[in-house]
Amino acid sequence: MYTTDEIIIAGFGGQGVLSMGKILAYSAMIENKETSWMPSYGPEMRGGTANCITIISENKISSPIVSKFDSAIILNQPSMNKFEDHVKEHGFLFYEASTIINPPTREDIMVYKIAAIEEANKIGQKQISNMIMLGAFLEIKPLVKRETVLLALKKVLPERHHHLIAVNEQALLRGKELVEINYHVSV
Amino acid sequence: METNKSEIRLMKGNEALAEAAIRAGLDAYFGYPITPQSEVLEYLTLEIPKRRGIVLQAESEVASINMIYGAAGAGARVMTSSSSPGMSLMQEGISYIAAAELPCLLVNVVRGGPGLGTIQPSQGDYFQATKGGGHGDYRLIVLAPSSVQEMCDFVFDGFKLAEKYRNPTLILSDGALGQMMEKVEFPGDGSLPHQIPAWATTGKKGRERNFITSLHMEPERMEEINLHLQRKYKEIEENEVRYETFEIDDAEIVLVAFGLPARICQKTVELARAKGIKAGLVRPITLFPFPKKIISDLSKKIDRFLVVELNAGQMVEDVMLAANGNCPVHFKGRMGGMLIQPEEVLEEIEKIVEESLTLNAGQE
Repeated sequence: MYTTDEIIIAGFGGQGVLSMGKILAYSAMIENKETSWMPSYGPEMRGGTANCITIISENKISSPIVSKFDSAIILNQPSMNKFEDHVKEHGFLFYEASTIINPPTREDIMVYKIAAIEEANKIGQKQISNMIMLGAFLEIKPLVKRETVLLALKKVLPERHHHLIAVNEQALLRGKELVEINYHVSV
Repeated sequence: METNKSEIRLMKGNEALAEAAIRAGLDAYFGYPITPQSEVLEYLTLEIPKRRGIVLQAESEVASINMIYGAAGAGARVMTSSSSPGMSLMQEGISYIAAAELPCLLVNVVRGGPGLGTIQPSQGDYFQATKGGGHGDYRLIVLAPSSVQEMCDFVFDGFKLAEKYRNPTLILSDGALGQMMEKVEFPGDGSLPHQIPAWATTGKKGRERNFITSLHMEPERMEEINLHLQRKYKEIEENEVRYETFEIDDAEIVLVAFGLPARICQKTVELARAKGIKAGLVRPITLFPFPKKIISDLSKKIDRFLVVELNAGQMVEDVMLAANGNCPVHFKGRMGGMLIQPEEVLEEIEKIVEESLTLNAGQE
């Protein structure tokens, strides 16, 4: 179905941008796929913009650094300004509804607007908006299974946080529902 | 934690290097934190007390390298790591260690310079790594990893080479390799046995006194030591060259890149081939000894080289020396912590090919 998917995840530091990429990479490893996770790092992480490139592939990955992406998950306006043009033709762009003032204008890509923060607040856990985004993403691009993501969370989270896995699962499922009912597509 | 058998994990390059060092039987690590290398010290500080060895955060890089000098002299398997400005501070000690012929593993996770510079990836320390770095005529054995797996593997290779030749080995990494995560497979513990060598200063009990120094007052003696070192470096050049090639059989333009940019260039080669441009890639793995022969051989049959580095043009000088005027050597670089994109290198290839066509048309 796919051979390689090059994904950019971008937003503010603290939105769980780097974790999202890490969880995807862990899940890919568990499913015996090739994967790389390349963070942008530096002082810009503290409150400024943060992003990571995650690649999942059935083949060995040559460059972990790319400038055109199959998929983009965008969580703030500066990242939208920076990365909208870097999505490949016929690529996929997911964005968080409340943080983006100027929505994307490209007509040659698939665009999904996800109200992740609003939904996270409804669930009562602000921090899981990234998992809602991830749930929506995986519904459209099933690069790894949802069960694998939960397994990956078990590996990544220290044991004292394992009680949070249930709410993460809820978030993934909410993301899946949101994209089913409420997506905006422009082709 | 399960540590005694081979296993696959997803890790940052810095963490993989640290884990590999423990598995390679590291006796002692001395270092001082600096971005983008701090995970090495952080990881070792967490893990070594649970397993085996000594980890010590010294008061400075100068102290670290002198602790390495002392511990290596006592026959311990030792490592230090730093990033560019910290490595500069260590150069005096490294020169002493090279002169005293002590094995140790040094790691530079290079960041953008000069000066304090940036904390993003760079290859601006190629000259420092391969041409001596400190004072006097000495060489380090220099390995350039291009993946998280090699950040692990080259720790083992680095210790082996250092101990085989009684010479410091340097792993020349960069900030991106240190920070990125990939799959990595570790060998089990105990795969690299180590005995305290006969020359070590372990206390003179029932044997002749061992003496380790880099100070020799008679110039005749110092010249002898220099001649011995040069013979050793020659032997290393004859025996330890390592490189990789990609699509060079029918290549007309061959990229030369080390470390992470070599993988970026591999993608460029794929993109160029898709456009019908016959591109190939040579990736030096050992930077000293430099793979001169493959460059020299290729220079007689290809149209041109394009050297790609994250600096102002350092390895390009070694490529030019090896190509010896047989074909043009072009250069493309980024500096100060900026990475290069596969498409950016492709544009450079297309520009060079177009220029050469125009030039040829002009000559006709």
